[in-house]
Amino acid sequence: MSTTESTTSGIGPVEGASVYTVDNPAPLIEPPRKRTPKTPKATRGNFELYGWLFMRLSGVVLVVLVIGHLLIQLVLDGGVSKIGFAFVAGRWASPFWQVWDLLMLWLAMLHGCNGLRTVVNDYAERANTRLWLKGLLYTATVFTILLGSLVIFTFDPNIR
Amino acid sequence: MATPVLDKAGPAPEPGFADSPYITVTFRLRRFNPEVSDQATWEDFQFEIDPKERVLDALHKIKWDLDGTLTFRRSCAHGICGSDAMRINGKNRLACKTLIKDISPEKPITVEPIKGMTVLKDLVVDMEPFFQAYRDVMPFLITKETNEPTRERLQSAEDRERFDDTTKCILCAACTSSCPVFWNDGQYFGPAAIVNAHRFIFDSRDEAGEQRLEILNDRDGVWRCRTTFNCTDACPRGIEVTKAIAEVKRALITRRF
Ligand code: HEM
Ligand code: SF4
Ligand code: FES
Repeated sequence: MSTTESTTSGIGPVEGASVYTVDNPAPLIEPPRKRTPKTPKATRGNFELYGWLFMRLSGVVLVVLVIGHLLIQLVLDGGVSKIGFAFVAGRWASPFWQVWDLLMLWLAMLHGCNGLRTVVNDYAERANTRLWLKGLLYTATVFTILLGSLVIFTFDPNIR
Repeated sequence: MATPVLDKAGPAPEPGFADSPYITVTFRLRRFNPEVSDQATWEDFQFEIDPKERVLDALHKIKWDLDGTLTFRRSCAHGICGSDAMRINGKNRLACKTLIKDISPEKPITVEPIKGMTVLKDLVVDMEPFFQAYRDVMPFLITKETNEPTRERLQSAEDRERFDDTTKCILCAACTSSCPVFWNDGQYFGPAAIVNAHRFIFDSRDEAGEQRLEILNDRDGVWRCRTTFNCTDACPRGIEVTKAIAEVKRALITRRF
């Protein structure tokens, strides 16, 4: 073995014989970003990107829908006192208000649901708590969306 | 041989110099020693100190003169190594850049370890999750060239300006440990990792921006940011951290659409 060199630095000459041999291997350099078994898997896909974008886009549309809704229901034409069965029946006779309310229902529910999902992710610490809270959230969301859509589509003013 | 005589060259004493500049300050430290108890406790130290000194000087006085068991990190003592970020009066700061007079010394000054990471002892926390996230964004220049370059990689002043702000990071973790999203489960990459990814994503010489964006598109990547601005407030280097995060988000969106 060519151990004539007195260097102990472990760094071999740039050119010429290396200080390392089979019996004297170079020190192992740990690969960067080593993962441990506890590290959660990285996620692929753009779900969070679309979620983030949806919050902003639905927010913009909701500004118009919700403020318009509040104006019509609570401010214009005598305020809340005018709201009754006849008023709702009159509005839902028009496809325009049906679409308005349906859109508002779906957007507000999905927006609120995704918003609460991030709140749960941010605040619930244990995996089990998260699971239950999100289960409850999704159930309530699906139920409300389905029930609301059903009412908008099947509303019959000639009920008796 | 001429010996410099410093004390002769000093300026004339300021008016009112005879009055002691010292004031009495209480330092309320969060102490934790796993060999003694699994509970952290508050401990008060009260002494006279010049309010123009820094919190780090007070910690030194405590460690050197009052209680040698106090444990904290510091290296440069001049705001560049990033080892002494701590929670002072409820806000993340570098102890070596915080003057006592600036943080209401008439009330007790609280000093705690930064939040969201495991406390090892007193003010020392386990920084490994922080540096893991840093390593994950590949904070080094990557090029696709297979051959060794034969000349310097040049860059225009404008191209350099694009990421100037994020080159200032000293990896002190003040931002990441001020982020409520990080506090919860520590899985979020955290502002510091995104800042250091930003430094390479927007570097015209680097060619792995796409890869880094993909890494930050993760469930625990940039989309967990709630724009709280705690990070921007905390950064002792004055980096516009939240803005850097927003720029990475925008790059991800414009890349998709
Ligand atoms: C009126 C127009 C609205 C606008 C412009 C709007 C906008 C937004 C935006 C941009 C976010 C995302 C915040 C972030 O990612 O940090 C958000 C979150 C949220 N929104 Fe809305 N939103 C509106 C209406 C609503 C409605 C009607 C609901 C309830 C059904 C709602 C419930 C939520 C919740 C629970 C969050 C999550 C809170 C958080 O992330 O901190 N929003 N909203
Ligand atoms: S961005 Fe600022 S606060 Fe965050 S680690 Fe870097 S220097 Fe510290
Ligand atoms: S001791 Fe180096 S940054 Fe404070």
